Amino acid sequence: MNENTISLEENITATERGSEGPAPAFGAPSVFTVRGLGVHYGGLPALRDVSLDVQPREITAIIGPSGCGKSTLIRCFNRMNDLIPGAEVSGEVLYHGEDIYAAGVDPVTVRRRIGMVFQRPNPFPKSVYDNVAFGARINGYKGDMDELVERSLRRAALWDEVKSKLRKSALALSGGQQQRLCIARAIAVEPDVILMDEPASALDPIATVRIEDLMQELKQEYSIVIVTHNMQQAARVSDRTAFLYTEVDEAAGQRWGILVEFGDTSDIFTRPRDKRTEDYVSGRFG
Amino acid sequence: MSAPAPKDPGRLQGRRPSPRRVWGDRLGTLAMLVATVLVLLPVGMILFQIAQKGLGTMSWEFLTQAMPYSYRKIGGGFFNALVGTAIMVGLATAVAVPLGVLAAIYLTEYGKKNLLATLIRFFSDVMTGVPSIFVGLFVYTAFVLPFGFGAVMGAAALAIIMLPIVVRSTEEMLKLVPRELKDASYALGAGTWQTTVRVVLPSALPGITTGVLLAVARAAGETAPLILTTLGAIEIVTKLVGAPISALPLAIFDGARSPFAAGQERAWAGALELLLIVLVFTLLARVAASRSRISR
Repeated sequence: MNENTISLEENITATERGSEGPAPAFGAPSVFTVRGLGVHYGGLPALRDVSLDVQPREITAIIGPSGCGKSTLIRCFNRMNDLIPGAEVSGEVLYHGEDIYAAGVDPVTVRRRIGMVFQRPNPFPKSVYDNVAFGARINGYKGDMDELVERSLRRAALWDEVKSKLRKSALALSGGQQQRLCIARAIAVEPDVILMDEPASALDPIATVRIEDLMQELKQEYSIVIVTHNMQQAARVSDRTAFLYTEVDEAAGQRWGILVEFGDTSDIFTRPRDKRTEDYVSGRFG
Repeated sequence: MSAPAPKDPGRLQGRRPSPRRVWGDRLGTLAMLVATVLVLLPVGMILFQIAQKGLGTMSWEFLTQAMPYSYRKIGGGFFNALVGTAIMVGLATAVAVPLGVLAAIYLTEYGKKNLLATLIRFFSDVMTGVPSIFVGLFVYTAFVLPFGFGAVMGAAALAIIMLPIVVRSTEEMLKLVPRELKDASYALGAGTWQTTVRVVLPSALPGITTGVLLAVARAAGETAPLILTTLGAIEIVTKLVGAPISALPLAIFDGARSPFAAGQERAWAGALELLLIVLVFTLLARVAASRSRISR
């Protein structure tokens, strides 16, 4: 897929970029390098001081109790928080070494590289075909659209189920099919990363398993970040896990999310370093 | 340690609601029924009266011929007025709908809560409440005095009346487009304009159409502003500027206040014609509203 030579901002030279981010941990450059990330909504803190790395062709899970800022965090990776009035992001989110919040970076460019799948399946009220072709069309795709649609649907493990109803409304599909359609729609723009914000929480167990299998397939080609409040799901599918937790300032009446622990999924679930992580993964709260 | 005895759940049968509830329910239902009848009564009476008095004069001749040269003369029809209404409402729609829809897009997708958007919303609301005769007076002073009576002047007045209706109804429809759909579009790398044109507008189109059709129906029935801007004419006029032109409400108004039976008869038939036109647009609006999503 994409090498780390992609440039979101033409005017940053390689040397300048090299001096910006910390050196990646394991030789292979990180897809995302997050340092000291914080988010405020209308002046109130929602997320504070998050630092983690997302590695290529891995599934990184973000877990934690409700309201701990999981969705806020994942929406920082493709600047979806820009769409929320009053949202302010501080700290650094480096994508292949480039700060996606730098002044010269257009969020539209960021989102074409970094796809997203949402909690509730949200196909457009258009045909199955038009849903998948949407991203390519707005990007002025000149290639064979039929081929692209078929390839994307195949990669999303949906082709066999919808090939006879490509011209039918996507709203007629089942919830699980709609969600896989949304995944097909996201991969049709050939992104580098796919962000999934609780992609299976609105689905039944069988549809959930299909999405999880699909994620394992997609991992071969894409880097995936998934938010989930289902710990078993995180343990099943992910390579690395970030555990977020809520901190409360009783005096100020404020609460915000912090990153408690980040590491290999097996470590987080079997040898957590932090007491709060241990309590959470062992089901003592949340 | 013995489990507590299960609570007796009581029987379901044989329990009547209290008389107070029963009578309260009946009284409330009756009050709503009476109110509904009272609301519908004037509408029914208007429809009945117009149909009764209008049908006598309504004919193919009436629909296809212009007015005779005198109110006294029997025969002829309001075709000239129909042409005038079509021209002016058409022109007004062609101006007000694109402007209104673009303004509504600005309000929901771009301006949101900034000062300009707040001002546009406020003045749209004010404009909706402005008596239409003021609009007529404004166009009369600004355009009719320098350029004379004409279809364009009437259309301008109608467009000013339609604009706030289109803006506010379109804005409401655009606001109903789910946040999730817009997010999906933005997440695929679409800009605001692409999202608006490809996702928001198609989803809101049935609702926007409803608002537009209601605005058209309103404009087709406006009389006061046309008195001051187009004056009225008895022949078929297709000139857009510099010639007084008739319209259905104007022709009805003129015929009804004439002291001659023939003129008054034509006014009733004209009222029936206008009523049917407005009815058709209202029905179309209902049809459009019911098709709120693409078929499955």
